[in-house]
Amino acid sequence: MFRILRKEELAPSIKLIDVHAPMVARKARPGQFVVVRVREEGERIPLTIADWKPNSGIVTIVFQEVGVTSLKLGELEEGDQLQDLLGPLGQPTHIDKFGTVVCVPGGVGIAPLFPIARALQEQGNMVITCMGARSQNLLFWVDRMRSVSDEVLISTDDGSFGFHGFTTDLLKQVISRGTKINMVFTAGPAIMMKKVAEVTALAGIPTIASLNAMMVDGTGMCGVCRVMVDGKTRFTCVDGPDFDAHKVDFDHLLSRLAVYKAEEKAALDLYLKRRGVK
Amino acid sequence: MSPVEFKRIPVREQSPQERVKNFQEVALGYNEEEAVAEAKRCLQCKNPPCRSGCPVNIDIPKFIKHIAEREFMEAIRELKRWNNLPAICGRVCPQERQCEQPCVMGKRGDPINIGKLERFAADWELEHGVEIPSLPEPVGKKVAVVGAGPAGLTVAGNLARAGIQVTLFEALHKEGGVLVYGIPEFRLPKKIVAAEADYVKRLGVEVKLDVLVGRTITIDDLFGEGYEAVFLGTGAGLPLLLNIPGENLNGVFSANEYLIRSNLMKAYLFPEFDTPTKRGKKVAVIGAGDVSMDCARTALRLGAEKSMIIYRRSFEEMPARREEYHHAAEEGVEFHWLTAPVRILEDSGNVAGLECVRMQLGEPDASGRRKPIPIDGSNFEIEADIVVIAIGTTPNPLVTMTTPGLKMSPHGTLVVDKKTGKTTRPGVFAGGDVISGGATVISAMGEGKIAVENILKYLEAKW
Repeated sequence: MFRILRKEELAPSIKLIDVHAPMVARKARPGQFVVVRVREEGERIPLTIADWKPNSGIVTIVFQEVGVTSLKLGELEEGDQLQDLLGPLGQPTHIDKFGTVVCVPGGVGIAPLFPIARALQEQGNMVITCMGARSQNLLFWVDRMRSVSDEVLISTDDGSFGFHGFTTDLLKQVISRGTKINMVFTAGPAIMMKKVAEVTALAGIPTIASLNAMMVDGTGMCGVCRVMVDGKTRFTCVDGPDFDAHKVDFDHLLSRLAVYKAEEKAALDLYLKRRGVK
Repeated sequence: MSPVEFKRIPVREQSPQERVKNFQEVALGYNEEEAVAEAKRCLQCKNPPCRSGCPVNIDIPKFIKHIAEREFMEAIRELKRWNNLPAICGRVCPQERQCEQPCVMGKRGDPINIGKLERFAADWELEHGVEIPSLPEPVGKKVAVVGAGPAGLTVAGNLARAGIQVTLFEALHKEGGVLVYGIPEFRLPKKIVAAEADYVKRLGVEVKLDVLVGRTITIDDLFGEGYEAVFLGTGAGLPLLLNIPGENLNGVFSANEYLIRSNLMKAYLFPEFDTPTKRGKKVAVIGAGDVSMDCARTALRLGAEKSMIIYRRSFEEMPARREEYHHAAEEGVEFHWLTAPVRILEDSGNVAGLECVRMQLGEPDASGRRKPIPIDGSNFEIEADIVVIAIGTTPNPLVTMTTPGLKMSPHGTLVVDKKTGKTTRPGVFAGGDVISGGATVISAMGEGKIAVENILKYLEAKW
């Protein structure tokens, strides 16, 4: 069992938990994830590792409450235990001295990109972050991203904070001012990563996307996370989660993410009904 | 002496009509009277051929004699001298091609039902309280066992019984490996797996779940922490795919995914359990091994109107156990022999069916089975909304990738000396599907036993 040591609400429906998982904290690298099970009857869901502290055995997870499992995870309080936490999983992000890199996180994708940006800056890269959310109240970790970036640009879809528009607009701004960009890293909603890839493909900038496919075991067994990359089937859990964004079939990813929509909706309705009764 | 009884005592089963509506065990097993009557059929051969058919060399006539004399506790003690997991083996071993195949009784009548007698003795003990054998003094040596499937549980249990301090690492959240994620409840109830895993724990084995060796900790770390030997029983968890168009459509499952959802995650109890699955109306399973039968039968229990096995060879070449085929056929699974899929048909991102081609059998190929050859222009379509690909698995490469010194074969299996279980790295042993690429529970256990003997020798040489 894995105890929750600290819990913080970063934004409405976006929560952070520090979990005691010393073995995972010792091995975690930027870009990796964990698979979590909240309770005995629970499903296994992948969540990105937002930070870790090897000395105190802490793994930080940030998640958005979107379905039954993440809502149940959000109900747990400090001192409660997670049934299971497996990791770190997936290939770590390839960190190198690229030169100038742009990090493009959207929504809850800010969390996984934070340690990547930090590692990139530590390697001596010039890090420009183009971060965004739907609205100001959903923006989090602006200060943390500033602490690991040389420059931070911010957008909101509704214009409530920063630039009124999307992260892709910020990215285009950076490109249009003539900065030589060596590499782009993106994490967030699949549709946003698809748009980012379109922008950088036009500009000829190599781009890595951290994919958010559905998973069950997370260790290469079930294949539910398979994605099409350069026309080939790859497993996000063991071959990824990072892939060359220009070769990812994002429409296929989007379609697979929606496979259990009806079941998820039914389960959510039942959960909310039961919770209401309570 | 009573006259020789040529007919087996029948095993009670749930009727096909009833059992397709539930996930409970199909074969109900023998009660005491039935077991004693079946045991009395055993001729108690002086040189029993059954024994040589058993990969773990159980003294079969001896345990059967105890049952015949109603000494059930003695029967299970005898079984457990050879096998720590008798309730599991009694259910899933292919006895018809192992111990029961050479049974002398089989020459004139039915061979003794050794499997069901083993199951009876094991279930009897689970019901009456499991006895933990006295353990030797600890020898002060630590061994790490990786993977809590049949091979790992066997190795862990046998090492513990030899006085070794054992830690068993498992990546999933439950012990059992393929016994919990692969084999369905209706063939092997999970409470049986839990009980036998519990027995191994009570032998002193420490189990650490949620540890993926290669990621959470490496083999080098384990040696650094004072483990003097490592056994790898990491199985064959990577699903093979067909590489045909449409394979990534929604509604196409690997057998692993289909079974993991239903077995390990209990998706058939959704939404009480949180993991969903797809309840298709027409389910096509590609392949005809035991796993394929498990998928086709699971589909029926999930409410499919039609469940089909699509196989490119014919009945004779089918790798599934005849008992599994028989159960599947009884339940209404349709068999499409000499049929190979060439494309999965699409309806707006979802599976709509299969385009197949008819096959004919040519000369025997490398596997010794007649090679299937497509018949030109024989293409036709089969309607389906779920396709399950059950054509086999290969070992997960993670441990090999993260461990210097381990050699992998071109088939993805770990290279070992079959006589000792030694890998190419000193102190690292392996057995089970990771070395065979996918075989039976009992062969994994047999390989585990060989590894245990050699791990003990290896440790002794270092003493």
